[in-house]
Amino acid sequence: MPLSAYLTLAAVLFAIGFFGVMTRRNTVGILLGIELMLNAVNINLVAFARYNADIVGMIFTAFTIPITVVEVALGLAIVILMFRMRRTVVADHLDILKG
Amino acid sequence: MTDPALPALVALLLPAGAFLLLAVVAPLRRSGRPAAYLSVLFAAGALAAAIASLRVTSTSGGYSAWLWPWIPTEAGPLTSVGVLADGDSALMLVLVALVSFLVQMYSLGYLSDEPAPSLGRYYTYQSLFAFSMMGLVLAPNFVQLFIFWELVGLCSYLLIGYWYPRPEAARAAVKAFWITKAGDVGFLIGIVLLWRQAGTFDFLELLNMTDTGVMPLAGLGVITFCIYLGASGKSAQFPFHVWLPDAMEGPTPVSALIHAATMVTAGVYLLTRTVWLFRLTPDVMQVIAWNGAFTALLAAVLACVQTDIKRVLAYSTVSQLGYMMAAIGAGFASAGFLHLLTHGIFKALLFLGAGAVIHAVGTNDIFQMGGLGRKMPQTAIVFVVGTLSLAGMPFFGGFFSKEEILGATLAGGFPGPFAMLLLGAFLTAFYMFRVVFITFAGAPADAHGHEQHHAHDAPLSMALPLWILAVLSVGLGVLFAFWHPKAEFEELGWLTPSAVLVALAGIALAYLVYQRRVISADALARAFAPIRAAALRRFWLDDLFAFVYRGVMLTLSRLVGWIDRYLVDGILNVLSAWTLMAGDRLRHLQSGRAQDYVYGIALGVLLLMLWTRWPR
Repeated sequence: MPLSAYLTLAAVLFAIGFFGVMTRRNTVGILLGIELMLNAVNINLVAFARYNADIVGMIFTAFTIPITVVEVALGLAIVILMFRMRRTVVADHLDILKG
Repeated sequence: MTDPALPALVALLLPAGAFLLLAVVAPLRRSGRPAAYLSVLFAAGALAAAIASLRVTSTSGGYSAWLWPWIPTEAGPLTSVGVLADGDSALMLVLVALVSFLVQMYSLGYLSDEPAPSLGRYYTYQSLFAFSMMGLVLAPNFVQLFIFWELVGLCSYLLIGYWYPRPEAARAAVKAFWITKAGDVGFLIGIVLLWRQAGTFDFLELLNMTDTGVMPLAGLGVITFCIYLGASGKSAQFPFHVWLPDAMEGPTPVSALIHAATMVTAGVYLLTRTVWLFRLTPDVMQVIAWNGAFTALLAAVLACVQTDIKRVLAYSTVSQLGYMMAAIGAGFASAGFLHLLTHGIFKALLFLGAGAVIHAVGTNDIFQMGGLGRKMPQTAIVFVVGTLSLAGMPFFGGFFSKEEILGATLAGGFPGPFAMLLLGAFLTAFYMFRVVFITFAGAPADAHGHEQHHAHDAPLSMALPLWILAVLSVGLGVLFAFWHPKAEFEELGWLTPSAVLVALAGIALAYLVYQRRVISADALARAFAPIRAAALRRFWLDDLFAFVYRGVMLTLSRLVGWIDRYLVDGILNVLSAWTLMAGDRLRHLQSGRAQDYVYGIALGVLLLMLWTRWPR
């Protein structure tokens, strides 16, 4: 398959993720959107690694996946704490930094 | 010792050391008497050094300048500090050191009732004054002269306001400071203009330029006039003389030292020192001569109506300073300088004598004294000696120098000022003997429960300076009667008898009015009613100054205050209000919702991409 197919897939995935981050009212949904965007980047990295026959991109991805996992764990922990304190996970209601 | 600058420098630094000791070591200053003794001791040392310096200059006749470069610039040092010891400055140095030493000794008795810290403060100022005045006298250039000029002004302010809890003293101190400052602004402008014109501040270099004729003459009149403004402020010339009578609020020894013998003569000294510069501008010399003579006459008239013994002496000082200025303006600075020296001696004597009287009877009003001659014979004798010197009687201090001034104005081609000065001499003799007859002769005033019943001569520390000064006055008079410095002009034969006659007429009038009471004082007052009324109002000059300072200046400052408050502050207030308002509006951009910020980031990235990738 040509490189453009992978890149198109990654772009679509990034757009879906971004759309999710923008529109989801639930904080967990926003986190999911972020995950999609991250994975779109991973696909890009791997695709270019294969295309250029350069192992560096793959190694990079091997690092980003565990970091993403940690990030999700951390994000969910924050969401749970927020729910405990504010009794809500709706992003629009979490506006105590309002000017 | 062949270099006069070395003892002069020692004389300069001794009072500076005393001042530093008293100023820095607070317990010493607060101890009072020990501080006073220390100051007197250092003043005595300074006097010895000054005399040593004078001995060298009077035998060798040359000068010596020790200069250290100061204010380095790319084109070499701008000026220098140091001492310039020559005949004139050494003489003046001895006068300053002598009067300052005697006054400090006298103050031991005069201020014996002062609390210790206050006495220490007095002697600290006295030492500072002695240092500043000597620095002024020995200054080799205009910059150092100006610095010490301001320092003596500061000392004058501090010592006039010595009894600062009294509102009159505080007011008089501020008045003296303000009015002399008004002249000093002119002085400073003159110095800077002179530097622009000649490129140097140094007296010797300026003298050299004048002698070789390379001094540019264009605009020099403005410069010398500005310098004269400073001199007339310090030396109480019309119209700046108004501060001097008020300065009598200070302790009497201070009046003797600063406001009679030394500081107020600084202006005359300055003109004597730079007279070669003034000779280049005859117009300014005319102004100096006329204004000097006018001041002499005006102050003599004012002195005739005063009832405060110190104010009579103060106006007399103004008048005598006018004499000196007139002589300088007529082109014979040496006559003015000679009168400066003799006047310094006998006027200090008169002030110290007046101080002894005030100390004894506790009042300044001559009409509350009377008949003191029997109670304090010593004081009466020395006071009469001073009075005869001031009136210009033969064999007394002021005789030769005053006649010299009269001759100088005539020889310089100023018959108008000569007539004014001659009339002034008559008035001088009259007002001084008026004081003598009212105070020392006649019947004791029937003061109600006054302490003058047990008035007596002053203690030794006060009497000794009086006698020294009295002996010096007579000694100078006798010396000049047989040997005197050769005048720069031809003496007129009829001048001596006429000057003596005029003075005798003044004495006779005072005798007839205030001693024999043949002529009623009231009749005299009625005859000169308009002048008397004007003189009692001080010719409205003080009112004029009060109007200028209080009316014009205050209006101006109110206007400036209004502009500052409403215009300058207003602009800033509007700006800050707008800033606050804009901040308040823009605050709402911060919604606090995370997704709004993501929108912002996305928008920013988009704009960035457009900006970088836009085809140009």
